[in-house]
Amino acid sequence: MKRTYVYRSFERFWHWTQAALILFLAVTGFEIHGSFRFFGFDHAVHYHAVAAWSFLVLIVFAIFWHFTTGEWKQYVPTWEHLRAQADYYVFGIFRNAPHPTKKTVLSKLNPLQKLTYAGLKLLVIPGVVVSGLLYMFYRYPQRHEVLGLNVRSLQTIAVLHTAGAFLLVTFLVAHLYLMTTGHTVTSNLKAMITGYEALEPDPPPVRAESPSPSPAGGPVAALDAIAVAD
Amino acid sequence: MRRILLALLALAAVAGLSFAALRKNEAEPTPLALLKERFAHKVKPSVDHTRFAQLKVAFKRPQDVTAACISCHNGRAAEVMKSSHWSWDRTEYVEGKGIRAIGKKNVLNNFCIGVSGSQQTCDKCHIGYGWADASFDLKDPLNVDCLACHDNTSTYVKAAGAAGMPDPSVDLTNVAQHVGRPQRSDCGTCHFFGGGGNNVKHGDLEKALFDPSRDVDVHMASDGVDMQCVDCHTASQHQILGKAYSLSSMNRNRVECESCHGPMPHADDVLNDHTYKVACQTCHIPTYAKVNPTKLSWDWSKAGKLKDGKPYEQKDASGTDVYMSIKGSFVWGKNLEPDYVWFDGTASHYLIGDTFDPTKPLVLNPLDGSYDDPDSKIVPVKIHRANQIYDTRNRYLIQPKLYSSHPGDGGYWGDFSWERAAEEGMKDVGLPYSGHYGFARTEMYWPLNHMIAPKEKAVSCGECHTRQGGRLAKLGGFYMPGRDRSPWVDRFGVGLLALTLVGVAVHGGARFAFRNHGQGEK
Repeated sequence: MKRTYVYRSFERFWHWTQAALILFLAVTGFEIHGSFRFFGFDHAVHYHAVAAWSFLVLIVFAIFWHFTTGEWKQYVPTWEHLRAQADYYVFGIFRNAPHPTKKTVLSKLNPLQKLTYAGLKLLVIPGVVVSGLLYMFYRYPQRHEVLGLNVRSLQTIAVLHTAGAFLLVTFLVAHLYLMTTGHTVTSNLKAMITGYEALEPDPPPVRAESPSPSPAGGPVAALDAIAVAD
Repeated sequence: MRRILLALLALAAVAGLSFAALRKNEAEPTPLALLKERFAHKVKPSVDHTRFAQLKVAFKRPQDVTAACISCHNGRAAEVMKSSHWSWDRTEYVEGKGIRAIGKKNVLNNFCIGVSGSQQTCDKCHIGYGWADASFDLKDPLNVDCLACHDNTSTYVKAAGAAGMPDPSVDLTNVAQHVGRPQRSDCGTCHFFGGGGNNVKHGDLEKALFDPSRDVDVHMASDGVDMQCVDCHTASQHQILGKAYSLSSMNRNRVECESCHGPMPHADDVLNDHTYKVACQTCHIPTYAKVNPTKLSWDWSKAGKLKDGKPYEQKDASGTDVYMSIKGSFVWGKNLEPDYVWFDGTASHYLIGDTFDPTKPLVLNPLDGSYDDPDSKIVPVKIHRANQIYDTRNRYLIQPKLYSSHPGDGGYWGDFSWERAAEEGMKDVGLPYSGHYGFARTEMYWPLNHMIAPKEKAVSCGECHTRQGGRLAKLGGFYMPGRDRSPWVDRFGVGLLALTLVGVAVHGGARFAFRNHGQGEK
């Protein structure tokens, strides 16, 4: 085990800001939804809007970061070891069996994580963002406007937005729990705070032959290595 | 050279900054500040009427005052005679009924029902002298009562049961010498007491507005901008803006908040967005009948009980009539939350002679509108319910003759006979009476427009955007955040969350229980 720099500073900043924003958006959003009273409806609406705009700005930066660093490839779903990873959570974890997949800088996410995060980033968050923007800019049908742009009711938009919110909150709960399933209960948390985590130091033999992977090379380098091995 | 350039740059920066700072100080006054300034200038009469020889006369007859007025203000009486204040009707297009001349003189309500047969008392509030019956000359300018609206002494009153003639106690000469722009005391004399008493009809127009505090009415507040009725109900050639949907049908001649405040007066965009579907009054009239109670229901069928052969009245602890032999029993309310309806500015009307289904409450002035109509907005209303006389065979409402000038003339208030009152009243409107009467449930909708609260007291967001018991709980057809939700999505979402929590607890518990199991290879 070697102390390795896994999460870079922007990644950690993005992760925690996103976490805080999603939590805050959930609290204010479900107050607007009528689930409880906390800030007061009018305050909840304004806070929700401010947090939503902040979230949008963060998303723009995060997308830029993902593409410039090539980190987006970490999230490409794969069937490989998916079953093994699921089996681990259902059986192996109780026998203290080893993790079926190794966490490395080049492959930080296990197959289940890849699938979940890809779904989150491609379906749930875009769904919530788009429905949220439609919600924010919704205008009740009126005359003297382009009639074709009138949306009869807010209902569909609001219901989709709510459904997305439920999925995100559910994700948050599961995510917070699965955080404890690393090498130790707190190792994942510490890694996301400090950026460093103790990982298996030795790269697979094939990787040793490939040019030393730069962080920007990301998983591509690893894929190249596998191709060479074939 | 560089030093000079740097110095110039610094100078430019300082100049720019100070210019910006100065500009900030010269900021435009807010639209509201401009309005306050506009209405802070009170209109003063341009002439002193006490000095006119024409008015230095000991007037005996009120018609002589009118003659004196129009000897200078020529043509004005003709204008007045074109107004609905004079004719008590307007030409209105009533949906489904066509173009009809309707107004106070022929439309039935569910308070004192209608003026026909009772003009002797009802026409106390007509701006003329002596409209007691059909013999009144609506073409004679001398019958116009200028003083009813232009008295600035607050001493002019019309006599009871005198069809609009002034009370003998009025000093006509003094009043004639002190005329001017109509004041709240002029309009209020009639408009605050419609239906036979203070605040009976409107709920938002009552004697408290003679001298209201800011909390009662932010515009008319004596301790505020002290606006007069005619500041909003502006007039041109004696045609006054504004009307009540108890009588009128069309979306025209309305007084609108927007004409002073603009269509989107809030600093907050979210509030401005509401103006597409919510009328200003909805949030800015949180309660009505703030000072004195207004009538909510009126049961005519209880009228006619006598004590020792004589009519009587019964008051509740607060001194409000709850029973009158001549009128029946009433329910009053104070500090009321309005009802809310969709309204597009047009109303239909029950017109005299229309047949109806007496098994259901009959709405005398249904307000049109719905969420799906882009012109409709949510407006606050007072709903007045009544049980009133109708012809059970002909299935139409009866106009009873109420006022009685002498015993035996059929007026209900003297003879207490519904048969006779129906007979005489229907004779007056020219419709047959079958001889069989009953009492039917009716409703009237009164849009609320006055008694605007200070902005701190406006309806707050949470009073509508709430799941339980919100102000708009009964208003359907649209999705409102905070009130509405999809029960399916909520059930699914809460279920998913609950399953996840249970899963996490079970999984975590099992991990804890099996923590020493296996080899612990790692």
